[in-house]
Amino acid sequence: MDIDLMLRVYPFFLEAAWITILLSVLTALLGLTFGALGAAARLSRFTSLRLLGATYVSIFRGTPALIQLFILYFGGPQVGIQLDAFEAGVIGLGINAGAYMTETIRGAIISIDKGQREAARTLGLSQLQAFYKVTLPQAARLMVRPLGVNLNMLIKATALVAAISVVELTYTAQRYIGSTYKPFEMFLLAGVLYMIIIYVTGRGVAWLDRRVRIT
Amino acid sequence: MTESTDFVQIRHAQKSFGTLEVLKDISLNVARGQIVAIIGPSGSGKSTLLRAINDLDALTGGEVWLDGVQVNKQLPHRQYEKHINEMRQQIGMVFQHFNLFPHMTARENVTMAPKMLKGLSAEEADALAKEQLDKVGMLERIDYYPSQLSGGQKQRVAIARALAMNPKLMLFDEATSALDPELVSEVNQVMKKLAEEHMTMIIVTHEMDFAASVCDRVLFMDQGVVVEEGPPEQVFGNPQKARTRAFLRKELDNPE
Repeated sequence: MDIDLMLRVYPFFLEAAWITILLSVLTALLGLTFGALGAAARLSRFTSLRLLGATYVSIFRGTPALIQLFILYFGGPQVGIQLDAFEAGVIGLGINAGAYMTETIRGAIISIDKGQREAARTLGLSQLQAFYKVTLPQAARLMVRPLGVNLNMLIKATALVAAISVVELTYTAQRYIGSTYKPFEMFLLAGVLYMIIIYVTGRGVAWLDRRVRIT
Repeated sequence: MTESTDFVQIRHAQKSFGTLEVLKDISLNVARGQIVAIIGPSGSGKSTLLRAINDLDALTGGEVWLDGVQVNKQLPHRQYEKHINEMRQQIGMVFQHFNLFPHMTARENVTMAPKMLKGLSAEEADALAKEQLDKVGMLERIDYYPSQLSGGQKQRVAIARALAMNPKLMLFDEATSALDPELVSEVNQVMKKLAEEHMTMIIVTHEMDFAASVCDRVLFMDQGVVVEEGPPEQVFGNPQKARTRAFLRKELDNPE
């Protein structure tokens, strides 16, 4: 193993890791937005919205994220959607993550005992007031861990955007292989950096979970 | 103005799930300050009847009136929501499983709805929480979370939460059924105190002794109908119907 080489290219990988982190943050934010909207649709009292939510989830969980990215980035221009690689990566992965988060958020909300809602309604709270004051604060606490799992998956999924030539960690590794012919070292370096990002994120999620948990 | 005997009126209440009739044409009048117990085997429809009074379970037929206002009015969705929320503010309810909000302290459980719906200031809410929690003997636990309280303590906080809205009527849905036997009496004490203050109460219960000692009237329900009703001395002491006798015999033989 060529440790010298790894130490030499390491700063460039670190720079690429920041792109991976930026991608992850933006994707997570977009995913949460889509997840919240998706969950709201799936829990709506209107059949059409429920159907729309269910369709969204089954399409984006039912096809490979890579295909979704290809359709958006390579197929997009054909139907008038012009995005640069980074934008396509964030939007494509965000919509994909949103489908998984929809189910996470919905699952947490429906797991709250209906007696909670009943108690709130009995006091005279409206449906919306009961949701924001009673159901959601409890559901939000339950969401932290499973959303953490979604986040973990999403960070790893950012590697896919290398395929549409976003210069992030995986793409950088591939590029250095082209000049060094050392795939073992280059991918290992990328892998270690991914692991650090995931580890730190996981600790953050665990900390948040402990903090908000109801004693 | 309505007669005082008509404070709560249930007129021809009927409820069915498909072909299953849970409530079959039940009528009941409760006067202001009266305390009515509803007893009967499980599946008799007693909880459904109670939950119909504040429309947690909507009736399929019949009317519920409180103090001259129809609770289950026919209105378009939005208007009905507004109407029922106003009605529910006047009807306190206590559940078998307490249903305290676990993410709020006892204080917050009590003050959440009054702050939100009646616009209480922080000082007013604080005074209200202290007053209501003191009434149920829970003042020392004002900043405890439900998970830090025993079953009996939780139920007392739940009663304080309902009372904080200053209701005209209190509904108790098997308030002591989920409690360990040694915790039942502290909750019964609180309910007795309310009775002494002439709170109008409708109580679904399995506790015959409590019903006998506190209530003005007892309704025995079975299979969706009121089989027998009257003052407790009569229903417990000299039941007229065979079904009532059979039920009471069983309850007395194996109280749960």
